[in-house]
Parts: sequence; structure tokens; C-alpha cells
Amino acid sequence: MTISAISEIFPVLAQGLKITILILLASAVFGYFMAFVAGFGRLSRFFIIRKLSGLYIEIFRGTSLIVQLFWLYYALPILFDIHLGNDFWVGALAIGLNYGAYMSEVVRTSINSVAKGQKEASIALNMSSFQQMRFIIFPQALRMMLPEFGNYLIQMLKATSLVSLIALKDILYYGEIMRSSNISMAPTIYLLILVFYFIIALPLIFLTRKLEKMSKKGVASQ
Amino acid sequence: MSNWKWDVFYDAFPYIIKGLWITAGLTIASFVFALVFGFVWTFLRRVPFKPFQWIVVWVMEFIRSTPPLVQLFFIYYAFPQIPVIGMTLSPFVSGMIGLGVHFSTYISEVYRSGIEGVDQGQSEASTALNFSTYKKWTKIILPQAIPPTIPMLGNYLIIMFKEVPLASTIGVIGILQLANNYGAKTWDYVEPLTIVAMLFLLLSYPSAILIKKLENKMNRNFDKNKMLKETN
Repeated sequence: MTISAISEIFPVLAQGLKITILILLASAVFGYFMAFVAGFGRLSRFFIIRKLSGLYIEIFRGTSLIVQLFWLYYALPILFDIHLGNDFWVGALAIGLNYGAYMSEVVRTSINSVAKGQKEASIALNMSSFQQMRFIIFPQALRMMLPEFGNYLIQMLKATSLVSLIALKDILYYGEIMRSSNISMAPTIYLLILVFYFIIALPLIFLTRKLEKMSKKGVASQ
Repeated sequence: MSNWKWDVFYDAFPYIIKGLWITAGLTIASFVFALVFGFVWTFLRRVPFKPFQWIVVWVMEFIRSTPPLVQLFFIYYAFPQIPVIGMTLSPFVSGMIGLGVHFSTYISEVYRSGIEGVDQGQSEASTALNFSTYKKWTKIILPQAIPPTIPMLGNYLIIMFKEVPLASTIGVIGILQLANNYGAKTWDYVEPLTIVAMLFLLLSYPSAILIKKLENKMNRNFDKNKMLKETN
């Protein structure tokens, strides 16, 4: 592992940085959106919405992300005649739907773990059920969700490496191309890929630790 | 849904289900590997030398926050190229080591939480009774630390089961690889992949419910606060 090898590999891998980060952002936005939709869905007063959200959560948590990715990749155009035009959105959709299902459980359990007295007090203050959620329950629940959301962001970063399997040009994709032409450099290439991911993950790790400290303040939990 | 072909579904099913043994076998193998290796991490973290602990913590953080897929590739493609220690590993063994090491860092946290859950007094009492360090850990601390973590370990078993199809990328012929092979032959990918998804759901969902039940039962047995409340 020489300096010259590293300086040769580094610019090649850096080409994939953009797609990795864009996929991470797109799937994070989509995942958090699904988390709130399904999390609130599970708490809905309507039976049918509760059951539908439950079905979504169990299907996406019960099967594996790589299977979902391939399934969406092949099934969306064939079964549903949906053409997203770009495999980028297939990748973001798969990761978002998968982690959205996991994170919806975070949303649900956080809302449920806000102390009962808070709800009782807001009823006593004659708040509507929307006001209770908007001003009393949700602000406290959100704090509890944040560290877990940070953890799942790191999980999503790790998951973005899968999109190279549907030929999206991320860090791993360029690494694989390079490795296939000179196998003797494989150790350096993969080590550098891992370092790339770790450098992206570092700020997320520190963010999560910060969120963990923040979340403990100003919450009445059971 | 007009393009769904039941005849393909019935044709692919017996072909794919043959891979279930490999998938299940790799799950068990890498889980056992992670259970053992998790202990190694837990032990290394307790070495009473601060810089060493710091290194161990960051190595664990590195393994935990980088993609298991790349780690699999590293072990399968790069490890044989490393001079002196390098050797060629079969896809199954590479998968076992790759997933095992990745999840051992999580399992080690589970052990740690279990050990921290044991009351400090237990350790002090065994010192007072003149137990050796070895006896203290094997007779007093670990027998109390490990049982409460069993549901958590069970959850990791299910999580690892769902990560095992990653090993299809290095050529482990599990259910996902068989579905891809079927697709490559016939150009029908949707039905075989649906079968794979169904198999995962059928196996992981009931196990998750089972673990949940076990957890509730364990909490009844081990919840100290609750027991105190009941006795007072």
C-alpha cells in the first residue's frame, strides 16, 4: 500500500461521492416522511388506516433491503408500469421505504412514551386533540426520536452501498470497476472505500451523540 | 398487475426453496461467529489501559459505521491479495466472517449492557468471598448478565437473517442468488424475487413475534423495579 497507489485510487473513488451523498439525502428525506406517515398511521383512530400502516411496516421490516431493492427495480416497470425514468429514484425509494418502516416504530413508541399526565393536563386545559398533539405531545416526542433518527441515518449511509448493485455510480461502483482491472490493488481499494464511508459517517456519529444529550432535556417520559 | 405469471411462480418455487438451507446455515454460522467475537470485543474493551480501550472503541465504530457489503468484498476479494496472512476463502466462509465481524460489534454492546445491568454489589460480594477473577466472571457476573440479553440477541439473529442475502454478491448460493439465476435464465425476475421476499417474511415475522413474547416473559421475571413494587 503505497502513497502513489492511494493517490491513484482516491480521485477515482471521489467521482462516486456525489451519488452516494445524493442517494443518502433523497432516501433520508423519503424515509423520515414515511416514518411519520406510517407512525401516525399506526396511532390513527381509524381501523383501516391502522391496519394498512401495520401491513406496510411488517412487509418492509420483515423482508430484506437487498431483496426489496431488486424487487422494486424489476417489478415497478413490469407489474405496475411505473417508469421512474432513473434508477436513482429506485434506489432512494427502496432505502426510504425500508428505513421508513423501521423509523415509524420509533415515531410510534416515542409518542406513546410521553407521560400520560401530559395528555391529561392538555385535556384539562380544553385543548382539541390536534392542539394536544401539536403543542404538547409531539414536541416532547420529537426530542426522544432524534437520537434514533441519527442512528438510522448512519444505517441508511451503509445501505446506500447497495445501489451499486443496480449500476448506480456510487463510491463502491467505481471501486469495483478499478478492482476488476487490477486485482492486486484490491486491499488498498477496499480499505479506501471503507475510509470514505467512515469519513461521511463521522459527522453523523457526532451528531447522534449530540442529539442523545439534547433529547434528555425537557421531556416528561414515563 | 396483468404481467404477473403464476406458471413462472410455480416453476420457480421448488428451484428457489433449495437455497433456504444455505441461507439458514449462513445465518446460524455468522450469528455464532458474532456471539463468540462479541465476547472478544467486550473483553478487549475492559483491558485496563486507556489508550488501548480508545483504539478498540474506534475500531469497533469503524466496523459498525461502514457498509457490510464492502466488508464482504474486502474479505472475499482483497484478503487473498494481502501478503503473508492472505488466503483464499470460500464464499460461505467469507460471508460468515464478514457478517460475523460486522455484527459482533453490535452484539458486544448487548453484552456490555447486560454486564452493566448486574448490580455493583455482586462484584463486591464475590471479592469479599475471595473469588478469583475468573470465578467471579464465570460463576457470578455472566450468569446474571447474559439471560436478560437473550431477547436482544434474538433480535440480532433476525436482523442478521435479513442481511445474509448480501452474501449472494460474493457467490453464496442462497435463495436470492437462486432467484437471480432463475431470472438470468428466463428473464422473469419479478416472480422469483417475490418468492424470496415471501420466504423472508414467512420466517422473520413469526420469529419476531416469538422474540417479543420471550421479551415480555423475561421482563416479568427480571424486572427488578416491578418485583420490588410487588413485594413492598
